[in-house]
Amino acid sequence: MVIIEAKGLTKDYGNLRAVDHVDFQIKKGECFGFLGPNGAGKTTIMRMFYSLVVPTGGYIKIFGMDLNRHASYIKSRLGILPQDNNLDLELTTLKNLIVYARYFGISSSKSKRKAEELLEYVGLTEKAHVNIRNLSGGMQRALLLARALINDPEILILDEPTTGLDPHSRLNVWNKLNELKEKNTTLILTTHYMEEAERLCDRVAIMDRGKIVAIDTPENLMGIYGGNLEDVYLKLTGKKLKEENNVENNKS
Amino acid sequence: MLRTINLKRAFRVWQRHFSVYTRLYKSSIALNFVEPVLYLVAFGIGLGVYIRDINGVPYIKYIAPGIVASSSMFAATYECTYGTYVRMAFQKTFDAILATPVNIEELVAGELFWASTKSAFYGTIIILAISFFGLVDSFFVIALIPVLFTSGLIFAEISMICTAIVPGIDSFNYFYTLFMTPMFLFSGIFFPVDNLPPFISKIAFWTPLYHLTNACRGFVSGKIDGIIIDILWIIAFVLILAPIPYILMKKRIIK
Repeated sequence: MVIIEAKGLTKDYGNLRAVDHVDFQIKKGECFGFLGPNGAGKTTIMRMFYSLVVPTGGYIKIFGMDLNRHASYIKSRLGILPQDNNLDLELTTLKNLIVYARYFGISSSKSKRKAEELLEYVGLTEKAHVNIRNLSGGMQRALLLARALINDPEILILDEPTTGLDPHSRLNVWNKLNELKEKNTTLILTTHYMEEAERLCDRVAIMDRGKIVAIDTPENLMGIYGGNLEDVYLKLTGKKLKEENNVENNKS
Repeated sequence: MLRTINLKRAFRVWQRHFSVYTRLYKSSIALNFVEPVLYLVAFGIGLGVYIRDINGVPYIKYIAPGIVASSSMFAATYECTYGTYVRMAFQKTFDAILATPVNIEELVAGELFWASTKSAFYGTIIILAISFFGLVDSFFVIALIPVLFTSGLIFAEISMICTAIVPGIDSFNYFYTLFMTPMFLFSGIFFPVDNLPPFISKIAFWTPLYHLTNACRGFVSGKIDGIIIDILWIIAFVLILAPIPYILMKKRIIK
């Protein structure tokens, strides 16, 4: 069953075309990855899923509904893990989740229970009453994941879920995501780590300068083009995933 | 186009600010309290010695209601300039909120109502302070609180409009230096504007602080003749400005 459908999706910022006539369909329960370096248009697409970016052309349908007209309802069924850490720095770990639950109209008794359950799930129970500023980067990322799950979302949208994490924390996030996948949650993620795409994704969209140059399973892509996903990327775009990352890292 | 606002979801945004505020209020409440009292002491007692009564009122009593008005005003403006800007641009709080069922219109409404709540709250604190100094003559002063809330919406709207268009946080300096400070000085808080050159007093009539100061003076002294005009002016101005922050913030945030 198709749960998300995009056709001719385009986004212009002035003269810059960030997303260029992109088509894709995402099926319920699959893990779909957008693979590409920074600046390929991945984050712009992610932000379109929750109406923070409005397409210049084309459309996205989620649950078969038009996103512009049913934004609140659609968003009530999505979980979003943003690229930037946007936790409430002034609040404790637990309070962050409770405040977030309120936006979904979850009652206070239920939200407290749910929040505690999720802290347990991501291993932050002991940090429940700690100020966010005292959490490590990996813990903050885990809390963001817990926050994205507060409304039991059917679709989880993850923008660079493990960027900046140490290998141990990264593995933790991957394990959690695999568990969610087994529970039939649809996962959509962006990444520039080929290992992440290979480990998690059922299908991958290879992105270059706003365009999708190929969509297939990692196995098929590697079968057709040979080597690992990095080699696939090089053959499809003439560029290296890694080198581009380094350029980006130097910039930021 | 603007969508209809679900007030419940706007209230969730208000609640978020309340939750954050109640963790930090101890430090900020003291600061908001100290400055107006300093004005009161410096001008009322210090300068007041050298000034004869204004319209038959001792100087300290003349400026006290104006300090209520200005504190209330600055509470809303700080909230919707620096506060809103930090949440929008630095802490990315808006991105987090907009990823939930809350839409941009509800977010803006929550911001505005939170700012006007602070307006009413800080105004009330100053009312308590000046009544402690014996500078309140009438129980009508209680009716001032909803007026402070309403005028708080105007200051929130103006500030939010500014926040939606500034290129960066430093640009608020222009807003404060060129707009807020002149309004603070020439809205009848420290001296009656009738004595100013006619074109300045005419400008004063078009500022919300002038009308709020009149309303404060009326309710604090109990002489409420004519302040209905000021209150109607305030209500009208809230409504006239109302759509603008929504349109401009939407333009700024939704790309």
